[in-house]
Amino acid sequence: MSVVTAHAPRTRRGVELVLLALALLVAMGAYGMVGVAVDGAWPPGLLGYGAGLAALTGGLHLVVRWRAPYADPLLLPVATVLNGLGLAVMHRLDVVRDTGFASRQLLWTAVGVVLAALVVALLRDHRVLRRYTFTAMVVGLVLLLLPLVPVLGTRINGAQIWIQVGPLSFQPGELAKIVLTVFFAGYLVTARDTLSLVGPRVLGLQLPRPRDLGPILVAWLASLGVLVLERDLGTSLLFFGLFVGMLYVATQRVSWIAVGLVLFVGGAVLAWSLFSHVQGRVRAWLDPFAPAVYDAEFGGSYQLVQGLFGMADGGLIGTGLGQGRPQTVPYAESDFILAAIGEELGLVGVFAVLVLYLVLVERGLRTAVGVRDGFGKLLAGGLAFAVALQVFVVAGGVLRVIPLTGLTLPLLAYGGSSLVSNWMIIGLLLRTSDAARRPAPVADTSGTPVAPSVQDASATQVVHL
Amino acid sequence: MNAPLRRLSVLVTALFLVLMLAATWIQSIDAGRLRADARNSRTLYAELGRERGPILVGGEAVASSTPVEDAYRYQRVYADGRLYAHATGVYSVITQPTGLEGARNDLLSGTSDQLFYRRLSDLLTGREPAGAVVETTLDADVQRAAAEALGDQRGAVVALDPRTGDVLAMVSSPSYDPDELATHDRDAAAAARQALLADEGDPLVNRAIAGDLYPPGSVFKIVTAAAALESGEFTPDGLVPGPAVLDLPQTDTGLPNSNGRSCGEGDQVTLTDALRISCNTAFGWLGMELGGDALREQAAAFGFGEPLSVPLRVTPSTVPAEMSPPQLAQAGIGQFDVRVTPMQVAMVSAAVANDGVLVKPNLVRSVRGEDLEVIEQPEPVELGRAVSADTAAQLTAMMETVVERGTGTAAQIDGVAVAGKSGTAQHGVDPGAEPPHAWFTAFAPADDPQVAVAVVVEEGGAAGDEASGGRTAAPIARRVIQAALDR
Repeated sequence: MSVVTAHAPRTRRGVELVLLALALLVAMGAYGMVGVAVDGAWPPGLLGYGAGLAALTGGLHLVVRWRAPYADPLLLPVATVLNGLGLAVMHRLDVVRDTGFASRQLLWTAVGVVLAALVVALLRDHRVLRRYTFTAMVVGLVLLLLPLVPVLGTRINGAQIWIQVGPLSFQPGELAKIVLTVFFAGYLVTARDTLSLVGPRVLGLQLPRPRDLGPILVAWLASLGVLVLERDLGTSLLFFGLFVGMLYVATQRVSWIAVGLVLFVGGAVLAWSLFSHVQGRVRAWLDPFAPAVYDAEFGGSYQLVQGLFGMADGGLIGTGLGQGRPQTVPYAESDFILAAIGEELGLVGVFAVLVLYLVLVERGLRTAVGVRDGFGKLLAGGLAFAVALQVFVVAGGVLRVIPLTGLTLPLLAYGGSSLVSNWMIIGLLLRTSDAARRPAPVADTSGTPVAPSVQDASATQVVHL
Repeated sequence: MNAPLRRLSVLVTALFLVLMLAATWIQSIDAGRLRADARNSRTLYAELGRERGPILVGGEAVASSTPVEDAYRYQRVYADGRLYAHATGVYSVITQPTGLEGARNDLLSGTSDQLFYRRLSDLLTGREPAGAVVETTLDADVQRAAAEALGDQRGAVVALDPRTGDVLAMVSSPSYDPDELATHDRDAAAAARQALLADEGDPLVNRAIAGDLYPPGSVFKIVTAAAALESGEFTPDGLVPGPAVLDLPQTDTGLPNSNGRSCGEGDQVTLTDALRISCNTAFGWLGMELGGDALREQAAAFGFGEPLSVPLRVTPSTVPAEMSPPQLAQAGIGQFDVRVTPMQVAMVSAAVANDGVLVKPNLVRSVRGEDLEVIEQPEPVELGRAVSADTAAQLTAMMETVVERGTGTAAQIDGVAVAGKSGTAQHGVDPGAEPPHAWFTAFAPADDPQVAVAVVVEEGGAAGDEASGGRTAAPIARRVIQAALDR
């Protein structure tokens, strides 16, 4: 500690650029391979597609350089490669099914990336969001309830999670994910001290005080409400899991997880015993190969089983893009895009996608660890955890770890609302990670070395632990 | 708040590990089972997209794949399809493969585990993977002779090499054109299939091994005679009762001879003569005398009741359990509920011909890779001893008299000793109302058997009510034997 040298923390923007170029190369390569496999030639739209994606993400990179120079360098490339891979798979499905998902998804990508850039450019400090805690609550609830409004809400495949305005349909639940994370973060950072107080000790577990159970019960009831009214298992699971996770991070009390699990199991049993669509999902999960379940007209396991067949056919290295039959699986471009990847890119491809998500989530959590304010920690941690939960719920459904639910893989799967919302999450994480890695303002301008800010930051962390 | 965040990251990692384990299970460990599921259309497409190995008869491809410009890439074509339809079966896009196409599907399609190293080397060398070549034991001349002799009549012919079990001919009539079912035009294939299913001649059914089982009638007397000789209580020259009508206990009706006459002087007849003139009363009496157990055991020794795969599945032939004396008398002459496949009848003759040893019938000579390396080459498999060598010799001599001067004279071949037995089997709810099934089974040459055949002509064929085994089926057997001896 005798010699203290000042060094400017590296921004790592160069790393981001190189990785971004790699991500674009992977995305374009995948897109091109589809053409090579199907037509034996590079697809004519390849350059346009590559240029479009490069311009969008390159633009975001520039905005990050300008407004958030210390942002985490992995977030943008990972999001880009996931988005690009999804586009390639969609293009591959379009080719064989004569549909137009990829071009629409590219359009939504543009909207999403622009919105992410706006978040980075306009939101100069993530702590500003804390001011809108209760606005966020109201907006979040409105978004959740919107699909239930007559005329506006539409029911697609049994779940009422869409709204339809003219030709546009939107899944407000995806946006609600962000808004409610803001609310949870703002609320919990205020209430965490109260919620951390301990109550009775049962079986060696320090339970919270009964009077503090209010918020978790409200979240639980809201989730059940979503399940009952909108018949959406995935959204319900996601919100409750997110709330419990953030509650745990805020209070450090394992007992909240225990309470959450008990409530979850109770809710699950309740839902299972009351609703036939939940029973159908569970049956299709437990015994998908039974002919009666497989052939069931509604709520059967046809989709799940066809997805499993596809992935089994892909094996370790896959059939290669354009050489399998992923179109056999209904909704291969959205809910079952992982099955399509498993079939054509093999177990290797599935692992790659999962690892990419893991990197994304862990960088988000790393941001939460690094950022100095409690609200930022909860916000970044919550957003990252939301992505992780969503991936687990969707991939777990496709891989038969848990019953199938109606969510899609973030950034990868087809869906405008989901894509836009997840790019906004990337924007928020970029913004927060910039705050996490940015050196503390140097007060002394005389040039005398001061305590390096990196150590400062870590010291702060130790204290806050 | 950093400690719970770190724990959260551990939890997330654990969740992702679970996902990876699940993916590994599906795509690697459990993948074989999932790929084998009949509902997995990808497996079919993959098979169809691969160059399927040909099926050969005497070195000529009777089923082969030719490249075409459609989604399936290869069209299966059948040379002389109608002649070999029941042996080759059909590789169709609308149904499971049948016949050898089905029984050796994994080898023909190249997915068999036996081809694992070949596939590995294909992968490494970039060679287009292809299926194996299946060479059958069928002989084109014998097969053609059988089909031509049978003509338009409904029925079946099986010819075996008694020494090796090689199936030289397997004909079922009426036949069908496999190309109509193999077409990639699904609608056309489905229409053709519907038409064949609706055809009252049941052309899709392989009568030789897997049709509705037939009553064997008098060809079963070989089995009854074998049981009698094996019991040690009867000899070929010993006398047995052979009245015009055999009294059946517990009933008012008797069992008559077909010509209504006594089989010999004093209603007595030698076992040899009883077989030669196909004396119903003598064999009915023998059936009762020997009992159900002896009949069943002898039949089982010839292969009755045993599942058999050649590698096409052969429906087991049956002798009923628990028979009353009148039923035993009927069973002794191959009536009542005794039911057989032509393949089983050929096996009886083949076992007698092969000094009493039954050799497993087999349709596959070899399976080879594209480079002609042998993958599978079935050796003759002895299923067991049906009768002693002495009994076999005695039966051979008795069956020779059938062709020389008995009911089977139509099977005579100049310069060749043929041993045979005719059968004229009544069937249906009102026996006698419908024309009988005409049977003939034989082997030749009697002193050095090279071929054993069984012929059945349903409902008398062209002869109708006038049909009998000796008149209708024996000439067919003769032509088949002649073709086999001319090989």
